[in-house]
Amino acid sequence: MTFGTDGAGGYLAILLAGFLATEAWRWLGLAVGSRLDVAGAPFQWVRAVATALVAGLVTRMVLFPAGALLQVPLGVRLGAFAGGVALYFLLRRNLAAGVGGGAALLIAAQLVR
Amino acid sequence: MSEDSEHRRRRESTPATAARSPRAAFARGLGVAVSVPAAVLFGTALGFGALARDGGFTLAQAAFTTVIMLALPNQVVLVDQFARGETVAAAALAVALAAMRLLPMTVTLVPLVQGERRRPLLELLAVHFVAITTWIEANRRLPSVAPPLRLAQHLGLGTAITAVMLLGTLGGYLLAGSVPPVVAAALLFMTPLYFLLSLLATSQARMDLAAIALGCGLAPVLYVLAPGFDLLATGLLGGTLAFVWRGRPRARAEGGDRP
Repeated sequence: MTFGTDGAGGYLAILLAGFLATEAWRWLGLAVGSRLDVAGAPFQWVRAVATALVAGLVTRMVLFPAGALLQVPLGVRLGAFAGGVALYFLLRRNLAAGVGGGAALLIAAQLVR
Repeated sequence: MSEDSEHRRRRESTPATAARSPRAAFARGLGVAVSVPAAVLFGTALGFGALARDGGFTLAQAAFTTVIMLALPNQVVLVDQFARGETVAAAALAVALAAMRLLPMTVTLVPLVQGERRRPLLELLAVHFVAITTWIEANRRLPSVAPPLRLAQHLGLGTAITAVMLLGTLGGYLLAGSVPPVVAAALLFMTPLYFLLSLLATSQARMDLAAIALGCGLAPVLYVLAPGFDLLATGLLGGTLAFVWRGRPRARAEGGDRP
């Protein structure tokens, strides 16, 4: 069975391959998380795994991006990223300044280039 | 105003200013719709909308996908599989692999929102809202909230995030192709920056910082060594190393050494 773009078949495919394949992990997480003690070692380990995973996603998105970001040279991406992090700390941990400043640096570098 | 001064104020808030009813907590959760994370997410959802259009989805299918999946990286995988004409089974496998990251996030979120009384249906809805952004924001905002009100606030947060993502998806679908490439690149660029800064902002202990550093360092290596499984391997390896490392200083301190 392949995806049909037509009406009900398309929605069924999205339900099976999209919703169920994603939601099953959340249901499993609910079952496991309900039985874990927050102060216990297993919970701390899972927390560390989740944190490392998101951090890994960050480097992957910057070093091996997809789509429009691929057109931006690696040096510009790394420079703008470091600039955003620096702005965040310089302006007393201001998230808007870090994220917005990093994006602005990227645009500026691309326009100047 | 910075998110953090807002956070500090909330933590110091007296019972008089804190939400007292579940309804007020839900409303406070909805407030995330006007925040930096919501703006970043909106930009990412714009990208997904455009991608879904390229991939042959109808506008309604793109909207449907966002609301029922609520996990942009997985939605991108789904559209990609769809566009390549893969079978439903193959697409389900690819999406399931990408979605595995939601498991550790859900496991750590559940104890935060679960009250003494079990609310099975509301808890199912609460875990449906688990995605990277909601996980980060829940970790940042909920610990300072009274435990009985956390579930309500998280449901408000999830509802707002869903609405933002839906608007972004619809906007991106309708605007596809008319956004300058530089702006599209900047929109994509904001997501990893927001993720890293938020991880740093919510890290509570040295273990968290170690996990962040190890995750960042290991990901490129494992991306080359184990493509497809790289994120999972990064999480397991980096997280386990950070967890093991965390145990040492405490053991040393108990031995009378410097902490």
